[in-house]
Amino acid sequence: MQTRITSAKQEVIIAPEQAVVIIGERINPTGRKRLAAALQAGDMELVQAEARRQVEAGAKVLDVNVGISGADEKALMIEALAAVSEAVEVPLCIDSAKPEVLAAGLERYQGKALVNSVNGEEAKLKQVLPLVAQHKAAVVALTMDDRGIPSDVDTRLEIAERILGEASKLGIPLEDVVIDPLAMSVAADDQAGRNSLLALAQVRQRFGVNQTIGASNVSFGLPQRPAINAIFLSLAVVNGLTCPITDPTEWEVKRALLITDLLLGRDEYAMNYISAYREQFPDED
Amino acid sequence: MAELEAIKQAVEKGRRKEVPGLVQAALDAGADPQEIINSYMIPAMKEVGARFEAKKIFVPEMMIAAKAMQAGLDVLRPVLEAKGGSQQKLGTVVVGTVFGDLHDIGKNLLVLMLESSGFKVINIGENVPPEKFLQAARDNQADVVGMSSLLTTGDPHVAATIQAIKESDLGGKVKVICGGAAVTEKFAVAQCGADGHAPDAVGAVRVIKNLLGLN
Repeated sequence: MQTRITSAKQEVIIAPEQAVVIIGERINPTGRKRLAAALQAGDMELVQAEARRQVEAGAKVLDVNVGISGADEKALMIEALAAVSEAVEVPLCIDSAKPEVLAAGLERYQGKALVNSVNGEEAKLKQVLPLVAQHKAAVVALTMDDRGIPSDVDTRLEIAERILGEASKLGIPLEDVVIDPLAMSVAADDQAGRNSLLALAQVRQRFGVNQTIGASNVSFGLPQRPAINAIFLSLAVVNGLTCPITDPTEWEVKRALLITDLLLGRDEYAMNYISAYREQFPDED
Repeated sequence: MAELEAIKQAVEKGRRKEVPGLVQAALDAGADPQEIINSYMIPAMKEVGARFEAKKIFVPEMMIAAKAMQAGLDVLRPVLEAKGGSQQKLGTVVVGTVFGDLHDIGKNLLVLMLESSGFKVINIGENVPPEKFLQAARDNQADVVGMSSLLTTGDPHVAATIQAIKESDLGGKVKVICGGAAVTEKFAVAQCGADGHAPDAVGAVRVIKNLLGLN
């Protein structure tokens, strides 16, 4: 199943059995003080620099989140989308907890955006899915609902099924829903990694849709987080992850995804891996 | 008594399967149950908290130490009750994550640390609206309300929760503290009028004890 998203100038196809599509996560003020301060001041230069860096590092899509308290998030989103589109040509993922911000972003966006996100909460389904349908966009769907985040696999599947059903009622095709079965910290629950991987595998088997996951949660509270994130991502790809939202400028993570693609036969003549290696280590031969 | 030191060690190391047996052995040798808790288990958890704060140990090690202490308390509880007094509590704390936020690890660590320090804790979960914080504080006659906020978009909910408590009949009676990656001391205390702020679970136990005059 193929999910197609576009900008004014580029088209990206996300599909199983092909190289992973990295959605760059760095344009997000959560935990990034400099970016938060720049956004607060309405300064888009850092946003544009982050956009360029991530695309150079291999991101095929960029997530744009400008959620800071005490600012007009709608206006900031419109400004940030314009600034990013000026800096790079890749399609964008409009990311906000507020439906009105998603609406404002979709209104101005040129192309078919990815919307981040809807989930199984009644209010979210009602507010976000009609926007996605109206703008013929694609949407990330998190497998959580009014009961919270399920730790088991079955509840995640049940929520995924419900969201896909609601989307289809509004005419949103199956391929335009990207499921995120949620990664939780293995420090808090040592079965959390296993349950996410099982959920990925079962969503793939039952619905065949594309899937994303915010991998860095998995390592919270443990040493050597990048190594855990990288190995988790690799296992996740094997189980059905096709478009992780992650940081492509983090070499350990990017390397894990490249090598996973290579070992799964998704990198012809190993060209992606070799060229990424050359860029990372320009002085070696 | 060698058994007592062994209890402290076993709690610190999180050996939750050994602790009940060691506690039973100490009781059989004539140890006082309240002293086991106050002089050995609570200091053990204090040490664990200090090591976590110094980044010498990791989240799972702190959780398993708290579980080890709980396993020991399960042996002591019936003994204390038979002696005609339940375990003395330092105070009651209502703990939750603010509205719109589902992060639970830091909040749950605080629950474990408070319980193992001798507090009664009411854990009201995540995504908690202001009125539910207020209701829980009233229903449980809480001394302190603690809220956790991890998202940069959580500030309005932190402010609304503090305001709801301060302007209610509990205003001035219940202490309110905030913590979590998204909240700064300046925002919580100076701007919103919280009684205290802590960056993490271990710090929060210290702040709560200070507010209640227990240090």
